[in-house]
Amino acid sequence: MASTIEYKGKVFEVDEDGFISSFDQWCPEWVEYVKKSEGIEELTEAHWKIINILQDYYKKHGIAPMVRILTKLTGYKLKEIYELFPSGPGKGACKMAGLPKPTGCV
Amino acid sequence: MASVPKPNELVKTINHTPPETWWMDKKVEFRPGTFCNASRPQYLEAVGLPFAREWRVTEDDWKLPSNWKEIYINGIKERLERFRTFKVFMDICVRCGACADKCHFFIGSGDPKNMPVLRAELLRSIYRRYFTTSGKLLGRTAGARDLTEETFKELWYYFFQCTECRRCSLFCPYGIDTAEITIIGRELINLLGCNIDWIMGPVSNCYRVGNHLGIQPHAFRDMIEFFCDEIEGVTGVRPEPSFNRKGAEILFVTPSGDVFADPGTYTCMGYLMLFHELGLDYTWSTYASEGGNFGFFTSHEMAKRLHYKIYAEAERLGVKFIIGGECGHMWRLLHQYLATWWKPPKNLEVPVSPITGTRFEHAKSTKIIHIVEFTADLIKHGKLKLDPSRNDNLIVTFHDSCNVSRGMGMFEEPRYVLKNVCNNFYDMPPETIREQTFCCGSGSGLNTDEYMEMRMRGGMPRANAVRHVNEKYGVNMLACICAIDRAVLTPLMRYWVPDVQVCGLHELVGNALIMTGEQTRTTNLRGEPLPGMEEETDEDL
Repeated sequence: MASTIEYKGKVFEVDEDGFISSFDQWCPEWVEYVKKSEGIEELTEAHWKIINILQDYYKKHGIAPMVRILTKLTGYKLKEIYELFPSGPGKGACKMAGLPKPTGCV
Repeated sequence: MASVPKPNELVKTINHTPPETWWMDKKVEFRPGTFCNASRPQYLEAVGLPFAREWRVTEDDWKLPSNWKEIYINGIKERLERFRTFKVFMDICVRCGACADKCHFFIGSGDPKNMPVLRAELLRSIYRRYFTTSGKLLGRTAGARDLTEETFKELWYYFFQCTECRRCSLFCPYGIDTAEITIIGRELINLLGCNIDWIMGPVSNCYRVGNHLGIQPHAFRDMIEFFCDEIEGVTGVRPEPSFNRKGAEILFVTPSGDVFADPGTYTCMGYLMLFHELGLDYTWSTYASEGGNFGFFTSHEMAKRLHYKIYAEAERLGVKFIIGGECGHMWRLLHQYLATWWKPPKNLEVPVSPITGTRFEHAKSTKIIHIVEFTADLIKHGKLKLDPSRNDNLIVTFHDSCNVSRGMGMFEEPRYVLKNVCNNFYDMPPETIREQTFCCGSGSGLNTDEYMEMRMRGGMPRANAVRHVNEKYGVNMLACICAIDRAVLTPLMRYWVPDVQVCGLHELVGNALIMTGEQTRTTNLRGEPLPGMEEETDEDL
């Protein structure tokens, strides 16, 4: 069930996993809000590079890129993505980028 | 998300001694990690299911419709009339308990209501109360009880603690198919709009877009093309698959998990390589782009609705037959339901392998064959050049997916393929494989993160058997032929047997397959150096 979060004057509707309900709600404040719970102290250029690539792919394809495409597009190995986003590419990076969580046999 | 206890702590919590309290007096407890989240309303709305609303499992008020009891009891009545099996299964159980310790959820949780006999009794007690004379007159003495919000919540909790794997049914002297009881149990839950998010998301995606993940046509193509790039990198040969091509001989349909989620993506590369090498006249469909069917975890009707697109697409494209990928529940549906739901379109013929001429008579009624049968037949006829030594870094065991083994009776073909594509293969103990296989613990739409503790509990018996061959033979790879398995056995192994990885069968086929015009291969499909090629390979890959 969705609940709402207020942060720096913005209102976000989030699902039970803490993902925002729709990509339209995304704004940089969301990233700032989520980073703490994701165990990220300071956002670096590398974080933003991944977030931007995720969002570009999502806008084009309507779905997050599979992990192997993400590593190819960003040039980061999976291990490095985990270092940047401790919850991983799906639960960490996608959540911060405002993308929905993939479902099905995954 | 609830944190999962460490394996040694989890084991300590398992106690198989039943409590002193009579089961009817023990209330259900919604402990985080043991139940799935409620579906968001838009998923129900997308497929026209009733009573779409925001609700939360842990809240007292589930916002059930005011006449919910009447709906539920009428729902039982209709199903007793429609499904002879359901009626028989409600009546004939003698509570001998042969099934009790056969359930992976009971073994891993110790919760007596996870004994299949008692899980079914939760519904039988309601059936007795409203549909049998003894239950109406004698109530509790006759094992009957009233339907209340509390009993409904209990039914909900435990019907989402059954993966419909049917291991218990194998041991039932009456052959009661407990999965069918769960299927009906979940149908009744759906009458009140109470499905879980992880099932309804894929159902809604599949109905609107064509697959569980909601991959749109252009994205689907992009993903397959990515695999072709990767294959070219490893082999120097680039497959040229076609999409939605009219006049192709074969339509190929696989679970969308294979085109998106690791390690299934490597299996998908294996399919592409095999079909390319054979020069198979086949096509992918971006519409019938899902082999799985989460509708089956919702209701018979929903399963029927979602499955039809495969035939509709086969008719539109004018193919002769269909090959299905490495999927689990797709095969239970195909072999045990499909022929009673839909007649295959007229253009479909009994599948005949264009390479070997083998006629797959057993697929006469559906015109769909499993890729493992297809590949086993190719190997049997010597049509593939294979170098199994490319998989020599692997010591492999095989997990029989419940729906393919118990649901379809396919035991030999995957083992035959495995023995031809790798040199080191060891089966797990006999009481844990083939028709007695243990469930992955996350099937039937329960492969969601918030349910992780229960998944690790339910997967424990399977993991124990893997641990056995890991310790005895050094097994380091668990092969399987189901997309849910590939997705869920990975965290299960990480939790219980961390040195074992997971793969699909056709990943190993892809590694071993010698392709015409290929370059000297230095890596496997995962980009890891092939045995003996460690020096040739850039370590940073």
